Amino acid sequence: MWSIIEQIFPYAIIFTIPLLITALGGLFSERSGIVNIALEGLMVIGAFSGALSIHYLSGVLDNHTLVLWLGLLAAVLAGVLFSVLHAFASINLNANQIISGTAINLIATALTVFLARNITGSGNIRISSGFSPWDVPFLSDIPVIGDLFFTKTYPTTWLVLIILFASSFILYKTKFGLRLRSCGEFPQAAEAAGINVRRIRYSGVLISGAFAGLGGALIIVTQSGEFTGTVAGLGFLALASLIFGQWKPLGVLAATLFFGFASTIANVSQVIPELAVIPPILLKIFPYVVTLIALVIFSKSSQAPKAVGETFDSGKR
Amino acid sequence: MSYVVEMLNIRKEFPGIVANDNVTLTLKKGEIHALLGENGAGKSTLMGVLFGMYQPERGIVKVNGKEVKITNPNVANRLGIGMVHQHFKLVENFTVTENIILGSEPLRGMVLDIDKAAKRIEELSKHYGLNVDPHAKIEDISVGMQQRVEILKMLYREADVLILDEPTAVLTPAEIDELMKIMRNLIKEGKSIIIITHKLKEIKAVADRCTVIRRGKGIGTVNVAEASEASLAEMMVGRQVSFKVNKKESTPAEVVLKIDSLSVKNNRKVMGLKDFSLEVREGEIVGIAGVEGNGQTELVEAITGLRKAESGSILLYGDEIINLPIRQRNEKGISHIPEDRQKRGLVLDYSLVSNMVLQIYNKKPFSRNGLLNVPAMKAYAQNILTNFDVRSGEGAASIARTLSGGNQQKAIIGRELELDPKLLIAVQPTRGLDVGSIEYIHKRIIEHRDKGNAVLLISLELDEVLQLSDRIAVVNNGELVGIVNAAETDENEVGLMMAGVSKERSI
Amino acid sequence: MRNTIVSLISIILGLVAGGILMLFIGSNPIEGYSYLLQGALKNLERIGNTLATATPLVFTGLSVAFAFRTGLFNIGASGQMLAGGLAATAVALTFDLSGPVNLLAMVLAGLVAGALWAFIPGLLKAKFNVHEVVSTIMMNWIAYWTIYYIVPGYFKGEFLETESKKLAESDTLRTPFLTEMFDGSYINLGLFLAVIAVIIIAFIIDKTTLGFELKAVGFNRFAAEYAGMKVNRNIILSMLISGALAGVGGVALYTGNASSIQIGILPSQGYDGIAVALLGANHPVGVFFAAVLFGILYSGTGFMNAMTEIPPELANTIIAIIIYFAATSVMIERLLNKFKAKKSNKEDKRGPVVEKGDS
Repeated sequence: MWSIIEQIFPYAIIFTIPLLITALGGLFSERSGIVNIALEGLMVIGAFSGALSIHYLSGVLDNHTLVLWLGLLAAVLAGVLFSVLHAFASINLNANQIISGTAINLIATALTVFLARNITGSGNIRISSGFSPWDVPFLSDIPVIGDLFFTKTYPTTWLVLIILFASSFILYKTKFGLRLRSCGEFPQAAEAAGINVRRIRYSGVLISGAFAGLGGALIIVTQSGEFTGTVAGLGFLALASLIFGQWKPLGVLAATLFFGFASTIANVSQVIPELAVIPPILLKIFPYVVTLIALVIFSKSSQAPKAVGETFDSGKR
Repeated sequence: MSYVVEMLNIRKEFPGIVANDNVTLTLKKGEIHALLGENGAGKSTLMGVLFGMYQPERGIVKVNGKEVKITNPNVANRLGIGMVHQHFKLVENFTVTENIILGSEPLRGMVLDIDKAAKRIEELSKHYGLNVDPHAKIEDISVGMQQRVEILKMLYREADVLILDEPTAVLTPAEIDELMKIMRNLIKEGKSIIIITHKLKEIKAVADRCTVIRRGKGIGTVNVAEASEASLAEMMVGRQVSFKVNKKESTPAEVVLKIDSLSVKNNRKVMGLKDFSLEVREGEIVGIAGVEGNGQTELVEAITGLRKAESGSILLYGDEIINLPIRQRNEKGISHIPEDRQKRGLVLDYSLVSNMVLQIYNKKPFSRNGLLNVPAMKAYAQNILTNFDVRSGEGAASIARTLSGGNQQKAIIGRELELDPKLLIAVQPTRGLDVGSIEYIHKRIIEHRDKGNAVLLISLELDEVLQLSDRIAVVNNGELVGIVNAAETDENEVGLMMAGVSKERSI
Repeated sequence: MRNTIVSLISIILGLVAGGILMLFIGSNPIEGYSYLLQGALKNLERIGNTLATATPLVFTGLSVAFAFRTGLFNIGASGQMLAGGLAATAVALTFDLSGPVNLLAMVLAGLVAGALWAFIPGLLKAKFNVHEVVSTIMMNWIAYWTIYYIVPGYFKGEFLETESKKLAESDTLRTPFLTEMFDGSYINLGLFLAVIAVIIIAFIIDKTTLGFELKAVGFNRFAAEYAGMKVNRNIILSMLISGALAGVGGVALYTGNASSIQIGILPSQGYDGIAVALLGANHPVGVFFAAVLFGILYSGTGFMNAMTEIPPELANTIIAIIIYFAATSVMIERLLNKFKAKKSNKEDKRGPVVEKGDS
C-alpha cells in the first residue's frame, strides 16, 4: 500500500500542480465576482505561448533552464492579455459571463491550433525537454518525508506552493484582499465605500489569466513536453476543484490533490497489480462522478461569493 | 447663522426625466433638516447629488460656504458628508469592523490593522451610545444594530453632515425612539443631519426645518414648529389630503381562513413563526402589524404555499390546504399581492399580456389542449390595464420591465383582484406608490371586502394597517402578541405590542 | 428584428477577422474565401455535404437554445451526442431489424439516451441547485470514457480498435435516392429530421402552454413559482428535451454522416451548438440558418486548405470570433433597451425608475 503511494506520489503532484494554480486563478476571479469558465482556453493559450517561446528560445539561448523560465513568463503574459477579452466583455459590456467565457475557450483552442499548424505544419509544438527533477538540499535527506516530499521535485512545484500561501495571505490579510472579497459578495457596498469595483474585478480576471496561463505552460514543461491543442478538460476540472474547495485556497489545495491522486491512480492502474482488478472505466470516470457527488453535498452550504456572476449596475440602489 | 451645506438651484436629469428641477436645500450647523416628498419625488436623487453619486446639470453645492464639486462618494467623505442608506450597504459575512474600514483600511505594514480599527470603533460606539460589537458578523446582528453600524461607518470617517435615508422604515417603534435619541446626541456633538422621509409624524417629532419636494420641484422650506402635519401633507401632495379612509363598518360572515397553531421555519432553519393562530372572515380586513422580519414573510409564504410549514393547519372554508401545491390553492380562491413585485410578482421580460394570465394561462379560454389562445389573453389583459389605470409605453404589449414601479404594482393588483378571490392576501400593496395611487388602491381593497370577501393585509406602514383593517393581529418575534379591533386601538397600543408587550401586561 | 441585425453584424465582423488572420499568415483572403465557398457549394455533391455537416449542428443548436430559453446552460451536448450515437449504433448492431422500423428504433434510442444523459444534470439542478455548467461538463467526460471502453469492449470495429463496427449501409440514415440526388454526397435523412425538429420546437416554444411555462421559468423562476408553476419539473423537462435533441444530433452524426463512432473524441458539434444557438438568437429558425452557415464554413475549409496554405482550423477560429462578437453585442443591445425603458417612464413618473421602497 505504502509503496503504491510512494510510486504514484510524484506523478500525482505533477498532475495536481497545474490544476492547483489554475484553480487559484479561478478563485481570484470568482471572489471578485466574475465567473471565469474560460480557464480551459486560458490554459491552452498558456501552453501554446509557453511551448512556442521555449521552442524558439532554445535555438537562441544556451541556458536551457533560463529558456524554460522565460517560456513560463511568456505564458503568463499571454494569459493576462487574453483574459482582457473576458474582462472587457464581462465588466465593461456586462455580457453574460458564461457565454463570454465559452467564446474565449473556443477562440483559444481554434486560434492556437490555427497558428501552430501554420508554424510547424502538424499543429503540435514539441519542446526539447522540460524541467529536470531536483532534490531539495538538506531536506531530501530526512527519512521517509524527505523521500516523499523533497526528492526529485520540480522547482515550479515550489513556486506554485509559494503562490498558494501568498494568495491565502493576500486574500485574508491585506487591503486588496478585503476589497476583492467585498466586490464578490456585495459590490454595491464596495462602491458606496468608494472602491472602484471595475478595477478590482479587472485585477481578479487578469490574475486568473496569469495563473491559468502558467498552469497550461506547466503541463508542457513538467508532463507532456508537447503542445497538442488541448488540455483535455483540465480547465473545467480546475473550476470543479474551486467549487469543491469552497472558494478557499486551502480547500482548493485539498480538492486538486484529490483529483491528482484519483487521475494518477486511474492512469497507472493497469501497471499496479492490486489496482488492475478494477475495471479501467470506473477509475477513469471516478473523478468526475465524485465531483458530481461533492457538488450535491456542498450545495446546501455553498460558500460561493454571493454576487458572483451577476452583472454589476453601477449606482443601482 | 452659518450654513454647513447649501444646495442651490440644483437641476438633475436622467434620460427623459427631470428628477430635480431647480431645487434648493440649505442645512444649518447643528440642525436636523427633513427632506420630505412622496415616493419618486426626487429626494434620493437630490441626496445622491450631495453624496457624489450623481452630477447635477445645473446648480452649485457649497460646503461651509465654499463652492465644491462632489464627483464621487470619496470626495463627499473627505468633505465630511456621510450617507446612511435605506438599503444597507453591508457585506453579510464580514464583521462589523471589516465593513466599517472597507475603503479606508488602516494598515500595519502590508497587513490590515484590525485591532486598531476595532478599538477605535469601540470607543466611538461608547461615546455616541451606539452599543455595537466590533467583532460580530453582520449576518448575526439585528437590523437595528446594522443601522447603527452604518451610522458608525460615517462617524469613523469623521463625517460632520449625516444623511439618513428613510431610517425608520425597518425599526420597531422602540428602536425609532432610540434612533431619535441617538440623533439628538449627534447634534449635541456638533453634527448636522439631513433626514429623508415621507413620515410626517417623525418630522414633527424631531426635525427643525423641512424642505418639501414634489415631482422634482422644490416647493419650499418651513420651520417644523410652525407647520402642521396637514400643511406638510398638502405641500407634499399639492392638494388637501384626507388621511381618513372612508369605509363602512364591516359585517363579517363565514370564516374563510382559519390558521391553527401554525409553525414555520425561516431561512436560518429556526422557527420564524411559532404556534400562530388566526381567523379571517368574509367581509373583513385583518391586518398584520409588526416590524419587518418578525414572521410575516413566513406566515404569508406558508398560506400561499411558497414555504412548507412545520406543524399546524391552514383551513380554507374548512378544507385543509397546508399540503396543497400553490396552483391548487390559487384555484381554491386565494390571491396574493406579493411583497417583492419584481422578484415574485412579474416576469419582467414577459409582456403585460403574458403577465396578466400568469396563473390562469392553462385554463379556458386562454388555452385549450395545451395550445395558447393569444387573442383571449390580450383582451383579458387590456381589460385589467384599463380598469386599474396602468400606464405603459405600448399598452398590453409592453414588456413589464419598461413600466415604472408604481404601474407595475397597479398591474399586479389589478391581476389579483380580477381573479375575484375569496381570500386576498395583500403584502405591502402600496409600497413605492404616490399618494394618489395609494388612495385608489385602498379604495379597491375595501371594495373587495364589501363584496363579501376576506382580506389579509400585511404592511410595514402602521398607519395603513390602522386605517384599512377591521381587526389587527400583531406579531413580534414570530409570535402572535394579540388581536385588537382597529376602532378600539391606537398607534401607541399597537406599537407596544409590536415591541412584544402584550395587552394584558400594559397598564 | 434587432437580434437578426446583431447576428448579421457579428458574422460580418467574424469573417473580417478571419480575413485579417489570413493576411497575417500571408494568404490572400479573397482567394481564401472564394475557395471556401467553392468547397462548400460548388456542385450538388458539395452542397449535400454542407447540409449534412450542418445537420448535427441544427440539433445541438436547438438543444442549447431550448435549454437557454429555460434559463439553463447545456454545455453537455457533446456527451449527449455520444450517448445518442452509442444507443443508435447499439440498436443497429444488436437487433436484427430492418427498413424504416430499424431507423425509427435507432432514432428513438438516440433520443432517449440523450435525454437520459441530460436528466442527471437537470435533476441535480432542480433538487440541489448544482450549476449545470459544471455538471454537464462532468457528464461529457463520463460519456467520453464510457465510449472509450464500451465500444472496443462490445462493438469493436473489424479493422480498427479505435472505432466501432461499421454499420451496414442499410442501417444508416443514408438512402439511395438522396445519395443519388446529391451526386454521391453523404447527405442523409438526418436533414429531414432536423427540419422536423425545428418546426416542432418552434411550435412548442411559441404556441403551447408548455413553452409559456418554460420561458417563464427561464426568465424568472421565482415569479413562475409564485404563479403556481412547478419549477423543478420544468427544469428537468427542459433538460430532457434538450438532451433528446442533442441525442438525435448524435444519431445524425454517427449513423448518418458517418457509419461508426470514433473513440477518444468529444464531438466539437456539442460546443459549436452554443455558437449556433447564440447566433440564431435562440430561435429555432435562426438556429437552422446559423447551422447552415457553420456547415458552409466547415465544409469548405477542406477545399480551401487543399488549394492554399490556410489551415482548416480557420473555420473554428472564425466561428469562435463570431460568438465573441455575438456575446458582447447582445449586451450592447440590452443597454440600448434600458435606455429606451427610462424614456417611456416620462409620462407617469418624474424620477429615475424606482425599485421597491425607494424614496
